Amino acid sequence: MAIEAFKSLTSAAIPLDRPDIDTDQIIPAQYMKRIERSGYGRYLFDALRRDPDFVLNDARYEGAKILVAGRNFGCGSSREHAPWALEDYGIRAIIAPSFADIFRNNCVNVGIVTIVLEEDTVKELIERSTTEPAAEITVDLERCEVRAGDDVWTFEVDAFHRERLLKGLDHIDLTLQYEDAIAAHERRRARNHLGSLNHHG
Amino acid sequence: MAEEPPRTLVDKIWDAHVVRTVPDEPDLLYVDLHLAHEVTSPQAFEALRLAKRQVRRPDLTVAVPDHNVPTRNRHLPASDPVSQKQIETLRHNARENGLLLFDIDDVRQGIVHVIGPEQGLTQPGMVIVCGDSHTSTHGAFGALAFGIGTSEVEHVLATQTLQQRRPKSMAVRVDGDLPPGVTPKDVILAIINTVGVDGGTGHAVEYGGRTVERMSVEGRMTVCNMTIEFGARAGLVAPDDETFAYLEGRPFAPDPEVWDEAVSLWRELRTDPDATFDKVVSIDASCMAPYVTWGTTPAQSVRVDEAVPDPEKMDDPTEAAAAQRALDYMSLEPDMPITDIPVDVVFIGSCTNSRIEDLRAAADVARGRHVAPGVTALVVPGSGLVRAQAEEEGLDEIFGEAGFEWREAGCSMCLAMNDDVLAPGQRSASTSNRNFQGRQGPGGRTHLVSPARAAAAAVHGHFTDVREI
Repeated sequence: MAIEAFKSLTSAAIPLDRPDIDTDQIIPAQYMKRIERSGYGRYLFDALRRDPDFVLNDARYEGAKILVAGRNFGCGSSREHAPWALEDYGIRAIIAPSFADIFRNNCVNVGIVTIVLEEDTVKELIERSTTEPAAEITVDLERCEVRAGDDVWTFEVDAFHRERLLKGLDHIDLTLQYEDAIAAHERRRARNHLGSLNHHG
Repeated sequence: MAEEPPRTLVDKIWDAHVVRTVPDEPDLLYVDLHLAHEVTSPQAFEALRLAKRQVRRPDLTVAVPDHNVPTRNRHLPASDPVSQKQIETLRHNARENGLLLFDIDDVRQGIVHVIGPEQGLTQPGMVIVCGDSHTSTHGAFGALAFGIGTSEVEHVLATQTLQQRRPKSMAVRVDGDLPPGVTPKDVILAIINTVGVDGGTGHAVEYGGRTVERMSVEGRMTVCNMTIEFGARAGLVAPDDETFAYLEGRPFAPDPEVWDEAVSLWRELRTDPDATFDKVVSIDASCMAPYVTWGTTPAQSVRVDEAVPDPEKMDDPTEAAAAQRALDYMSLEPDMPITDIPVDVVFIGSCTNSRIEDLRAAADVARGRHVAPGVTALVVPGSGLVRAQAEEEGLDEIFGEAGFEWREAGCSMCLAMNDDVLAPGQRSASTSNRNFQGRQGPGGRTHLVSPARAAAAAVHGHFTDVREI
């Protein structure tokens, strides 16, 4: 599926000052029984939202499109329902000291930008958005910069992922350009037994 | 001609599957086997339909319902109509696209990561993917196997490939004799505890060392299964005679006339002696003990003969705050001995520990004993064939006499998508892989353990050092 292009975004940020936010916390399995791709935003952080003091229940963060969180964000399951829920809720960029691998790949395919910054920087951003909920952060994917107040931090990003996000490219369209290479690989593959299935089973 | 640089097992599998490689772009990697289940595939099939694309290689995708399926009254639809629709959607998508399906009434149905190896679909040297993070299980056969998201499932269906960056390499070596009562589950919990919950992020792991070499193939599956719990997407063990013996004669394994040729190719799937890894971790198994998790990540564990840790004694403030949150959620006090923790529910099952050796280990503890008053204990075999094998061995009778419920195959209480759910506040001893908040039901509290220790908790009503039994 094509994704929504992302160039630059300025928004208030939701601070989530805890590490190891797993995908079960982002969206519990009981909400994954549906066969649709949309409509998961209402279940985002379902259990945490039952606590009235949880940051998502604070009206001052309503409409914020950026999430700033602790290290190892998105660990656990491969469920794309997690980025679907974040995207449906309105989140377009997540800043953290580190992300889980599968979650990070899934985010690209949903059009969410994941940005790794130093742990101290992330702490600073969390503090800023905690004390001043309206404080805006800019995530600039064209210049690979995060800007907040007078501060500027540069971030590294997978060049291919950046290109896809900037242009909103569908990964399947990109791969289908290489049909000849896929077919050639299949011919080579058919000649040896490695990786072939006996389908008489 | 220049000599080829030494390569790791992962390098060799990777190189053999590269369809296209150019600088600054991910490699295009061919997928030999794609496993599909009902939860993470419906949106992929739907998107494919909307884009008017075909499944490129219907012969390389195998489908099975497992996450939502009921584990009793299987002749009835799932009690939740939304679950039932998801199961039916998988059935419809398999039929429409000509995919092999092990449906709910097929004895071969079971947890996707149990049936792949059981059917011989999983083979050394393959690239295997599934919309499930525990796909790492198949690495026990020397396959590069990892979990993917639904958009990637769609990509595989349409192209039989994936765009992937080559992961960094990590070696985890385990040496030393396992003390009595210490199982592969304890080994992987110890590894996760040592490496940390994100110590493997960005890496593919190769397990080695004498302890791993001497493990059964099923034990290796348990270890590889939980590789994702320290952040690495794939965990592999080089295939050996044990691996080949396990696979020989299985329905989808190579035919007898090409078997020897397959084995000789598989024997080349080893890391070259001079190959180096980006990260190496060595662990001594001889001082291991049974492990129990006390917190809400699989890294938060201690030996069964230890006590719940005190967050105030932790150096790292972030770790201490996370530990305190975990203790609050788990309703535990610092310094409480693990063996004093009572349990309400015992779950023996999941893609981590639901194979025949796991059920035998649990039955050995259950034999001649009885589930403690007030405790509910479930045994959920990993597949219809594991269940049949267990019944042939009389394990169902042992469990039945001991007061354990004997169920049908599925993911069940590992993630509580069917009716097998912890009530809020209930505490489980579970042989599954994740103790995340709410994983086994909203408000449920999960302690991860091995099958033997789960069975012991069931009969005692609290954790116990099974080595004493």
